[in-house]
Amino acid sequence: MATLAAVFGAATKHSKCMGYCSRLINTTFSRGAHQLTVRDALNSALDEELERDNTVFILGEEVAQYDGAYKVTRGLWKKFGDKRVMDTPITEMGFAGIAVGAAMAGLRPVCEFMTYNFSMQAIDHVINSAAKTYYMSDGKVTVPIVFRGPNGSSAGVGAQHSQCFGAWYSQVPGLKVISPYSAEDNKGLLKSAIRDSDPVVFLEHELMYGVSFDVGEEVLSKDFLVPIGKCKIERPGKDVTLVSHSKPVGTCLEAAKELAAKGIECEVINLRTLRPLDDETIFQSVIKTNHLVVVEGGWPQCGIAADISARIMESPAFNYLDAPVLRVTGADVPMPYAKTLEEHAIPQAKHIVTAVKRVLGLP
Amino acid sequence: MILATFVSSLKRQSNSWVLGAIQGCHMSTAAQATHTVTPYKLHRLDNGPSTQITYTREEALKYYRQMRTIRVMETTAGNLYKAKIIRGFCHLYSGQEAIAVGMEASITPEDSIITAYRAHGWTYVRGVSVHSVLAELTGRKTGCAHGKGGSMHMYAKNFYGGNGIVGAQVPLGAGIALAHKYKGENNICIALYGDGAANQGQIFEAYNMAKLWDLPCIFVCENNGFGMGTSAERASACTTYYTRGDYVPGIWVDGMDVLAVKEATRFAKDYVLKHGPILIEAATYRYHGHSMSDPGTSYRTREEIQEVRQKRDPIGKFTDVIVNSNLVTKEEIKKIEDEIKKEVGDAAELSKSDPELPAEALYTHVYSNPPPGYKIRGCDDTISVLAK
Repeated sequence: MATLAAVFGAATKHSKCMGYCSRLINTTFSRGAHQLTVRDALNSALDEELERDNTVFILGEEVAQYDGAYKVTRGLWKKFGDKRVMDTPITEMGFAGIAVGAAMAGLRPVCEFMTYNFSMQAIDHVINSAAKTYYMSDGKVTVPIVFRGPNGSSAGVGAQHSQCFGAWYSQVPGLKVISPYSAEDNKGLLKSAIRDSDPVVFLEHELMYGVSFDVGEEVLSKDFLVPIGKCKIERPGKDVTLVSHSKPVGTCLEAAKELAAKGIECEVINLRTLRPLDDETIFQSVIKTNHLVVVEGGWPQCGIAADISARIMESPAFNYLDAPVLRVTGADVPMPYAKTLEEHAIPQAKHIVTAVKRVLGLP
Repeated sequence: MILATFVSSLKRQSNSWVLGAIQGCHMSTAAQATHTVTPYKLHRLDNGPSTQITYTREEALKYYRQMRTIRVMETTAGNLYKAKIIRGFCHLYSGQEAIAVGMEASITPEDSIITAYRAHGWTYVRGVSVHSVLAELTGRKTGCAHGKGGSMHMYAKNFYGGNGIVGAQVPLGAGIALAHKYKGENNICIALYGDGAANQGQIFEAYNMAKLWDLPCIFVCENNGFGMGTSAERASACTTYYTRGDYVPGIWVDGMDVLAVKEATRFAKDYVLKHGPILIEAATYRYHGHSMSDPGTSYRTREEIQEVRQKRDPIGKFTDVIVNSNLVTKEEIKKIEDEIKKEVGDAAELSKSDPELPAEALYTHVYSNPPPGYKIRGCDDTISVLAK
């Protein structure tokens, strides 16, 4: 538990800083009158969907009486009670299996992993039990479940608690994999995920929970949904396409701002969903900009960036490229603890700026 | 009773057991009879199921027919496998029929079942036809999963498989039980696993949560003596599986006696609806190897298998019981036997001649709700099919 407390403390501290940075770079609904943190976006999505549908329930470690290890489920147990918000023992494989079984039998569980690092204990149920059953039964058994929790690199927590599982889960047919960035993404996509009839892996980011975004009135509505399987162009541009997901979308926007000062206009695409991947939006952007840099927090080998590069090669967009696609990713090492080393393992705006200059042939 | 079984077994050995019922031909039959079962063993229970079981002629006929159908179906499946018409994995249930038939007899179609990879018999008792089971094994579109599932992945209403991952079905079953309780239904889930799976960690996780939340789940260990080729004694530090739920009460039952299994299940269903989970260890035996690639003789002797067939066979023993009780005549047994042979034979022929799904079906049912226009890629970039 000491470790968990440290994780939460670190996340909170870092998030405040990120909140400030993010407000500077955010372009989403910047004319909106409301501020919404990612944590509150998730909390309201859960609250609204619990209210809307009695078959929706939350289970996981510390989701009820503790109010969630990251406070995403704060207040929900008090409001909805033991039946709808269930604390589990620390037994990921067991409770993930129970959640999938409940989904097969007609409920809509939201299964929280305290972090996705611990989902490795349960990955058999995510893949073999949840993702494949609809196909194996040729449509007889649906599995409407959402697995959710923080994913990706945290701050100062070392190798076992700092990893992106986007590429892992997105390889699996039958799963839908969502990796949201903004408050708007988190709210609208979590609600869509809970209402979806397929199993969804919903990858939040530890360091984004405390980040505030400007949102329009519509995001606060109980009916606000973001479609699964569609990218969002966060910033239009004509010179180079930057594609990313989750927190590194913010890093791309930061780099885009810096490059704009030098007269380079980046088009920043927020993937939102990793599977099914909306590659058509990427192709159209590349046909316009003729240059592509893909950015992700995860490891380079067999990653999201590698996959997008391959898709470009196989698409007509390849013929529009004026330079090879470049990847900016997490370094190919387990995450170190020390601050300086950790910074070098996570893609920074400077890496993106350098990559953009290289694809554009600029010094 | 023991003598009767023994004599009957001798007759069976000479391939005439159907005609060799101990007592002579009965011109009329009784409406019901009472059967005494091998005593149950209890764990953390003051009272257990009844050892005196009264049952009717109709029940006797039904259980006999179901068990015999499974036996003939599995023999046929084995032959289809040897003829290379069934591919891949094929785990036969022969020897264990009394468990599926006895349990199904004490639950309703609204109760749920999930089992492991030895799923054919269970699929049949859950209402899938012999044809649809065999056609699934031959990979044809008339199979219960249209040929997409295969031996280990068969489904029906309130039957959730057929799970090929040893032990995974146990927490899934607890989750199905949770759904019954959540929805306020007066129904239960039975989650079955073998003595091999009984050592999987996730089973103990499931016991724990099922007990914490009083889930209406019967955990059933079908102890057939071997997890693949490893005997229970070589795999488990404790082989009294009915006690291994610790705080979860347990019952040991003779899994070769369909009436004992039925009564234990009746007791257990009643118990779990009132008090939360219970564990049943059903002592049984499998005649075939673990799967078709296993002759099943390197880790046990042919004599051992033969002895079980002679002394404990669930169908042979039950035949003796119902004929000796004047519930059913040997002529009726013969007639049922002939009907089953024809039914399974016809089903086997169909399952050989039925077509497979068309190639386009490869891309269906990956998602129940694909995004509009989402295309699924085939083996190269020229193949891209709209998801349905």
